Amino acid sequence: MRFLGYTLADPATPMPEPTPELYAKMDELVTEAIKAGVIVATGGLAPVEEATKVRYAGGEFTVIDGPYTEAKELIGGWALIEVRDKAEAIEWTKRFLATAGEGESTLRQVFGP
Amino acid sequence: MTGSPTNTAIETVIRLESSRLIAGLARYAGGDIGIAEELAQDAVVAALEQWPREGVPANPGAWLMTVAKRRAVDLFRRNRELERKYAQIGRALETEADDGTAALDRAVADDIDDDLLRLIFISCHPVLPVPARVALTLRLVGGLTTAEIARAYVVPEPTIAQRIVRAKRTLAAAHIRFETPGGRERPARLASVLEVIYLIYNEGYSATAGDDWMRPDLCHEALRLGRLLAGLAPAEPEVLGLVALMEIQSSRIAARTGPSGEPVLLLDQDRARWDRLLINRGLAALARAEELGGSHGQYVLQAAIAACHARAFRPEETDWGLITRLYTELAEVAPSPIVELNRAVAVSMADGPAAGLALVDQLAAEPALRSYHLLPSVRGDLLLKLGRADEAEAEFRRAGELTQNARERELSAQRARSAGAQAPGAPADSQAEPPG
Repeated sequence: MRFLGYTLADPATPMPEPTPELYAKMDELVTEAIKAGVIVATGGLAPVEEATKVRYAGGEFTVIDGPYTEAKELIGGWALIEVRDKAEAIEWTKRFLATAGEGESTLRQVFGP
Repeated sequence: MTGSPTNTAIETVIRLESSRLIAGLARYAGGDIGIAEELAQDAVVAALEQWPREGVPANPGAWLMTVAKRRAVDLFRRNRELERKYAQIGRALETEADDGTAALDRAVADDIDDDLLRLIFISCHPVLPVPARVALTLRLVGGLTTAEIARAYVVPEPTIAQRIVRAKRTLAAAHIRFETPGGRERPARLASVLEVIYLIYNEGYSATAGDDWMRPDLCHEALRLGRLLAGLAPAEPEVLGLVALMEIQSSRIAARTGPSGEPVLLLDQDRARWDRLLINRGLAALARAEELGGSHGQYVLQAAIAACHARAFRPEETDWGLITRLYTELAEVAPSPIVELNRAVAVSMADGPAAGLALVDQLAAEPALRSYHLLPSVRGDLLLKLGRADEAEAEFRRAGELTQNARERELSAQRARSAGAQAPGAPADSQAEPPG
């Protein structure tokens, strides 16, 4: 089973700049998950205020660029993981959060092409 | 998995830790994986008692290891006179702190990758019969239960349980060392590991028995084992070759079955449904294997053949000439009638069905292929392309009789009917499953 897990910082709790120690610990976890054959692709997300939204409604396209009023430096990351079941996906996400610190990750099952 | 979410979470943590725990304990147990598994089981029982009350510890792997080691020390103290192996564990431990200190955990974590690699090598040891290697690897390295393995192989659970018990006894009786083989022994030992993983994969990719044409869970287990092995031995080109092969073959899993579970052959597949991520991972692993000088290894060659298909966005773009050359080389490195049969298919695509049929007919007398359903299947396809529908129909019927897989049987029956319906000399619209 394939899941997309992604994490965005909570706008209510401004996140401190990640320390080199956190980067090192995160690197260790990601390496472990890649070696275990679990992470098949991963990456970071640029701050949400740099995001672009493309909307289609009433036959018209609207392109909306940030910054958005509600967002401040909301960087995030994502990982595409392959696991036996949802319980394994949840366990890996817990390990991620235990390293990254308090916050919320979203898991979405990904269907094949 | 049953029970409350908490139990599910606990069982999942244990399953994910299982192989590393057994591997670490096996080193302390002087390589006796039977004792390692018993100690691990004791720790698991303790976890199932305590974790629901106290929660899952921050480092569950270290927790389990510490409990298992304490248990080993207890056993050692009680059986000092009797158990040489417990004594070894005890001696190893008495020189270290026995309070579950961070120093001990760190030492274990540093070595755990090596231990895991040793566990893979011992599970796939050539002293064991092949089905035992498969069962032991899935149990100890994959962390599957005997029930899960039995279900995957459509055999009764006691059969698998007995296979595993006997395998552990055989390894102990033969005093097999818990080590990463080096020197002259290494290539043969590694070949056995790769064979076991690919056997698991193939059983998933073309189930030999049962009602499903594929069992993707087994494919996933094998791919996971392969990726794990590649992480532990990243400089072995054949490991990367096998991973590349499995990644690329897996990219087609969704496209290989039709709406009602029926097989869809390679050239009929909707290539838009091929998984580009897995193809890219496979091509990257293949490129690394080739950089490491592995172009002539049997798994790298098979991956290179699979890559030829993966690179073709449409079937007509397939480089059959290159595939034929790769099969010719593969036949030299790993001679087998099945490789020859696949080469014949490639030749038929490159040079026409008559050229392929000439090669297939040379293989007809091969004893190893006498009951291999793909021989009549390929032959039937080539005959059909040559307009010999009557003969093709007989071959497809024969293919249907030889396969044990229900889905393949249906496919063969359907192809036989379709061949039978064609007037002699009518143009063909079907093709054999080309290799790769």
